[in-house]
Amino acid sequence: MSTTTTPPAAATETAPGRGMRFTSWAANYVDERTSASTAVKALGRKIFPDHWSFMLGEVALYSFIVILLSGTFLTFFFDPSMTEVEYEGSYVPLQGIPMSVAYHSALDISFEIRGGLLMRQVHHWAALLFVAAIGLHMLRVFFTGAFRKPREFNWVIGFLLFVMAMALGFTGYSLPDDLLSGNGLRIIDGMIKAVPVAGAWISYLLFGDEFPGTDIIPRLYVLHIMLLPAITIALIGIHMVLLIVNKHTQFAAPGRTNDNVVGAPVLPAFAAKAGGFFFLVFGTIVLIASFFTINPIWNYGPYDPSPVSAGTQPDWYIGFADGALRLIPPNLDWVDPFGYTWPFGVLIPLVGLLVFLAAVALYPFFEAWVTGDKREHHIAERPRNAPVRTAIGAAGVTFYAALWAAASSDLIATHFRLSIEGVIHALQFATVVGPFIAFYITKRVCLALQRKDREIALHGFESGRVVRLPGGEYIEVHEQLDDFERWRLVSFDEYQPLMIRPNDDGKITVSQRVRAGLSRWFFEDRIAPVTQNELEAQKH
Amino acid sequence: MAEAHDGTSGETAGKAVAPQQDHSAPPPAVAVVRADRIPNPGFPPERLRVTDLDPKKAKHAERTISLLFFLSVIGSVLAVVAYILFPIDDQDPSTIRLNNMLIGVGITLGLLGIGIGAVHWSKALMHGHEQVEERHPTRGSDESRERAVEIFREANAESGFTRRTLVRNSLIGAVVATPIPAIALFRDLAPAEDPVALLKHTMWDTGVRLTRDPSGTPIKASEVTIGSAFHVIPEGLAELESHRLEEKAKAAVLLMRLPIDELNEREDRAGWSYDGIVAYSKICTHVGCPVALYEQQTHHLLCPCHQSQFDVANHCAVIFGPAARPLPQLPITVDEEGYLVAQSDFTEPVGPSFWERAL
Repeated sequence: MSTTTTPPAAATETAPGRGMRFTSWAANYVDERTSASTAVKALGRKIFPDHWSFMLGEVALYSFIVILLSGTFLTFFFDPSMTEVEYEGSYVPLQGIPMSVAYHSALDISFEIRGGLLMRQVHHWAALLFVAAIGLHMLRVFFTGAFRKPREFNWVIGFLLFVMAMALGFTGYSLPDDLLSGNGLRIIDGMIKAVPVAGAWISYLLFGDEFPGTDIIPRLYVLHIMLLPAITIALIGIHMVLLIVNKHTQFAAPGRTNDNVVGAPVLPAFAAKAGGFFFLVFGTIVLIASFFTINPIWNYGPYDPSPVSAGTQPDWYIGFADGALRLIPPNLDWVDPFGYTWPFGVLIPLVGLLVFLAAVALYPFFEAWVTGDKREHHIAERPRNAPVRTAIGAAGVTFYAALWAAASSDLIATHFRLSIEGVIHALQFATVVGPFIAFYITKRVCLALQRKDREIALHGFESGRVVRLPGGEYIEVHEQLDDFERWRLVSFDEYQPLMIRPNDDGKITVSQRVRAGLSRWFFEDRIAPVTQNELEAQKH
Repeated sequence: MAEAHDGTSGETAGKAVAPQQDHSAPPPAVAVVRADRIPNPGFPPERLRVTDLDPKKAKHAERTISLLFFLSVIGSVLAVVAYILFPIDDQDPSTIRLNNMLIGVGITLGLLGIGIGAVHWSKALMHGHEQVEERHPTRGSDESRERAVEIFREANAESGFTRRTLVRNSLIGAVVATPIPAIALFRDLAPAEDPVALLKHTMWDTGVRLTRDPSGTPIKASEVTIGSAFHVIPEGLAELESHRLEEKAKAAVLLMRLPIDELNEREDRAGWSYDGIVAYSKICTHVGCPVALYEQQTHHLLCPCHQSQFDVANHCAVIFGPAARPLPQLPITVDEEGYLVAQSDFTEPVGPSFWERAL
């Protein structure tokens, strides 16, 4: 540590060695041309708080870097052309079969290039991890209320990154032009065609012809390796800048307040930990890719609109969209009096998904409006201390999970020997009613946990020591928490519902009433934190 | 955070409410601030690590960390060694697995060595106790906000942006209009034809033979035994030089033979089948997957993508799943040589629904 590079001004005490003299010279050289010392001064000792859940976002960031590295390797060998050729590679079962150049080159990467299969698998595993980490990171931010002022914009940017990740994933796994991904594109084509007015035209322009055409793979390739990554990198950049401007949230703990940040400085401890963590994530992905096959395209064969294998599955993060398509009841086409067709069987899930995504993106603004809370929040809340928000989150997760499970309805049916109809009906029920049940249960569990917290803060915890009193009575001795432990249980805010107030004209507007009603819904059932007086009263 | 007392909205004694700086907002935020709130106890006493207390342990950690970094070097070298010593042999597919695994393990060692070492270094040896930094409200200082407003005022005064409304509005109009050519340029993403017309026709036509997919050999009616199903393409499709997949995506057909007494035929489709042999589009009316699974006993077709089920005995009506319409039927008969042929094209567009479908 004593050899850590320091700005030239600081390295003066002892006679510097040769290495140090060079470092000083180089630092000065760079600084005179870039003012780099300003950035080091501003960021070098910036404090980052520590919690395991803060690493989820890091996992997302690092797996994205792995994706960029492995993806670049793949572009050197992949040829996105849809020209038809006959397979001449070393994989015997496909020899002589006509296929696109894209599929051929994806097979060549797997079978002819040393380490090519490894890089393909690293790329695919990293992509799966990327979306998973973003999803978990979003859940962490949601359930701890870390999206509240001043971080609403960063929530929206993070949401856009989630959408970009799904778009990158979908365009990526379509590129090999195998049977599985071709059927995925076929489904996209069917969904696009359902769009009112312009559906057939959008599909025609996107595919450059009737489906499948010979343009879609090169077009997706450009999106996948240029446009979408460029947008993603830009969004990550803004996400990071706002992270620095807003400073990271921290969980409540003794000494931590809404006005400070407690943790490790960037240099050296946080940089070492985070930098090391990058290598851990990278190493783990490579380890998985060394031993576990992902997307064995050679098993599927080239795309052909006629065959399909049973049990087709998209990559996991597209599952919720595919599941939504499966849950719709039959015969929902409607031909309007002008003769135009409204394919509601596709439009309802499509619009439903868009509404769900919009609700996720806009939630912070909704909560801010309902609660009327305009203060800055830097303490990550424990989920139980915001029962209604946590319950809303649980309802959303249940909705998503039911759709997601529906994407595997056929596999669930065959695996557990159930009828497909039964599985679908159960999941339809879970999609519609499940969120309400989840909301109710979660809210009750949160309130119960808060009550338990109150009890422990007031009366201490069960020590396991049973004592017989002189009268013969047995009691279990409760031990009081110390101040530091108690702080974790009592350091949350209590809110009261908004009251309806007339505005300047003396009127009560409809939006006021709605807002007050929602606020009551949010805060009516609540548990107050233990106060000093209660604690004193308890002691005597 | 400015948290002043605001007696007007306090409900009960001992409570106060954290008010807003923003006075125009009608109801204030209602975080209850209790006067007898339990105070923050401040930082707990610091816990020292073994490496802080025992120089020997610190020395040991130092050795472990450098060992991990050395292991990383070894791993990276091993990956290169594996790359050279375990090449892929064209004749032996198992070499691919070995190549994949050994290069991967080498790289893994190279990466995890650095990762574990660096994290261990950070946790065991680097300055251990937490440090504190002040937070400040995110908004700019009053001074910079005032200056920002002033800059915009000056810029407005110098340019006349709000004063010269004609200039401003015509600029906005021009900026809105400029992307229009860019949108127009995308028209040639696809050829000049009307996709709607294309979607309404397939390769099937009067007298076109039904042939096997993918070989293209024609099918005699006598070959279609009761209970059997054939994957069918129109004659000539297999030999198409261009648009083979596009045509196949519309023209793929399933051919099945049912006992005549189990087949319900609509009156307007009388004569569309031949001796219990029926032909239906294989392209799902939901989103276009091939409806590839035929259940002989129940005469049901199942789409493997979204599990729509069609009843072949009943005009392929949708009996379950998200599909909106029955599969279109291809009218068939036999030619003089006994081969199955189409009577005409499909009488409705095949595949997923679209806006102009019913026109």
